[in-house]
Amino acid sequence: MNPLQTLLILAAAFLAVFGEAAFSLLHHWLGAQVDLLPVLMVYAALNSDIVTVSLLAVLGGLWFDALSANPFGISIPPLFAIGFVIYLQRELILRELPFAQFVLGAVASAAAPALAVLLLLTGGQDPLLGWGSLWQWLVMSAGGALATPIIFEFFNWCQRALGYQPRTETSFRPDREIRRSRM
Amino acid sequence: MLKKKHYLALGAVALVVLLIFSLPQRATSRLKLAAGSLFLPLFGLLNTAQQLPGNAADAVMPRRALLKEAGDLRNENQQLRFQMMQAAATAHENDQLRALLGWQRQVPWQLKLANVVMRDPANWWRTLQIDLGSRDGVRENLPVLTPDGLVGRVSAVGLTRSQVVLLGDPNCRVSGLVANPAHDVGVISAGGPLDYTLVELTYLSGNADVKPGENVLTSGQGGIFPKGIPIGEIVDSRTVEFGLYTEARVKLAVDLGGLEQVWVMLNPQLNP
Repeated sequence: MNPLQTLLILAAAFLAVFGEAAFSLLHHWLGAQVDLLPVLMVYAALNSDIVTVSLLAVLGGLWFDALSANPFGISIPPLFAIGFVIYLQRELILRELPFAQFVLGAVASAAAPALAVLLLLTGGQDPLLGWGSLWQWLVMSAGGALATPIIFEFFNWCQRALGYQPRTETSFRPDREIRRSRM
Repeated sequence: MLKKKHYLALGAVALVVLLIFSLPQRATSRLKLAAGSLFLPLFGLLNTAQQLPGNAADAVMPRRALLKEAGDLRNENQQLRFQMMQAAATAHENDQLRALLGWQRQVPWQLKLANVVMRDPANWWRTLQIDLGSRDGVRENLPVLTPDGLVGRVSAVGLTRSQVVLLGDPNCRVSGLVANPAHDVGVISAGGPLDYTLVELTYLSGNADVKPGENVLTSGQGGIFPKGIPIGEIVDSRTVEFGLYTEARVKLAVDLGGLEQVWVMLNPQLNP
């Protein structure tokens, strides 16, 4: 477990939730707000450990619900479900490829609101749904897909800037030493 | 293949969720407010940052423009004073007539200005948060409005901020009165998820004759909103349930998407 990476992911989640609540330009232009928590969950599930995934699901979900009219804690299960599934399958995913990141971001950003709405309806809530919700779903999914490679690049840059640099190795290998004879 | 640490993580998260869901409503609300208050420093910073360009513009505004604006405001203030004198005389006459009829005396609205600090990050709710809380006298279900008309009602109250549920949200239903000769009454209910300007006026009687352009006001029924606050105007109407009801689309008087400041009515008087 890398505490710096965990802290960075949680700080990004906190700022993402704040940004979604404070800035509504995207909502004005496209009719929907893009949620970055599923994107962060994709990054955490592919590059971090299960503790970070769990912390992100719990804290991110609670922060999101604190600023929303959602029942408190309703966003935790969808986030954790997405993170857990990706975490279990991460050995099979080509995480370095931007296309794989794009697809994972799209799927996660589509699944998180769908699961959250499903939970709300199961709990007897009456969220604002209609044909326009399909457009919102599409915008959230596309926004999440576009944001995922950017988030990956950002965290990779943070890791390079703040983490220890890998030790550079020389090309010298004792077993490849050319021993010259007198001949 | 699930390992022991996976089971532990799964169990821990499930436990946290179950614990939160099993808490009483009051405790959950407190927890929610506490978690939301973590963001207050950031909102304070944002507010300061948003004020900086305005302050800079004020500093470089020419004196002539300021004097002209002050003069215009002085004139407007005098006109408003005359209107207030006239309104006070009418109110006095109204009180006397009410006393003669034995009706309850109307109390002037007590309003408090609030800044909109943030909007709901979830796409399936229409709520916003304002910078007034219980320490400012705000409590649940108080009406929220602008000079153009009704905005919504206070749905949750913290110490320094409150949540306002807007018109068009499924949790904000208002009894609306159409300003036509028949005084048709219906219920303002949820609009579409994309359009912030239109809501539905439902449960109008089957023979209601509402026409485009007619104003819709609060009816005073329902126990939350006082009578006579503008809601919007009729766009179109149609009969539903084989003529049992009429439904109409209403264009809201207030632009809910661009709200920056709202007024909270601290003393809603519901009786006529």
